[in-house]
Amino acid sequence: MIFLTRRATFSASHYYWNPAWTAEKNEQVFGRCANRNGHGHNYTLEVTVAGEPDPVTGFVVDLKGLKDVNLEVPEFARLIPTTENIAIAAWKRLEPAVTAAGGARLSRIRVYETPEIFAEYRGEL
Amino acid sequence: MKAYFGRRYSFSASHRLHSDALSAEENRATYGKCNNPHGHGHNYGLEVLVGGELDAETGMVVNMAALDEAVRELVIERFDHANLNLDPYFKNRVPTTENLCRAVFELLKDVLPAGVLESVRVEETENNFFEYRGE
Repeated sequence: MIFLTRRATFSASHYYWNPAWTAEKNEQVFGRCANRNGHGHNYTLEVTVAGEPDPVTGFVVDLKGLKDVNLEVPEFARLIPTTENIAIAAWKRLEPAVTAAGGARLSRIRVYETPEIFAEYRGEL
Repeated sequence: MKAYFGRRYSFSASHRLHSDALSAEENRATYGKCNNPHGHGHNYGLEVLVGGELDAETGMVVNMAALDEAVRELVIERFDHANLNLDPYFKNRVPTTENLCRAVFELLKDVLPAGVLESVRVEETENNFFEYRGE
């Protein structure tokens, strides 16, 4: 079994706000992330797939198929865009394509919000 | 739905790898330059990974501020700019980075919500690192 990881970057803004809570509670729980003018990060996305190398090409998966990762955000209309939820959203978008390509399965999504903060999703329910 | 959240920290500390159970020659043979009697130091990188269900209200595994507070209070303040050999945890243990990894895991395990601490990884240099998952 080989694990292959492709890294991609994107920049986006977000803020953390639970509409079910008061402004005071949002500020208490989310701190500066609750600033409703938003703030931004340079995100790094790591997509890890797992599989056996193809006997002819030696590829686990053709990396060309993994390149065009364009995240848009309808998922976050009702979901707080924490880094955990971004990792889950990226998994849900990519998993069908990786599975459809055959030969490998999506193993892990890791999203770095900063070099010091990251979240992972491994498809566990 | 289980997700993981990771956070990196850093601290600097000195240590000397030396086992009282070994002779001077055996210590030198086992630990090489790391057995230098005057010790040496590292800028350690620490990665703490927590995992669990996302809180329905916050979308988070654990509140990062609470995690930061626990790591700062229990780990950074204890080990940063310290001589690891003099720390009580290493009274009867060699302060290898393997043992440091276990120390950090054990210090954090019980102050975080039950079962969320997945792994602790300590990077001693850019090229060597150690991980402990509580197994």
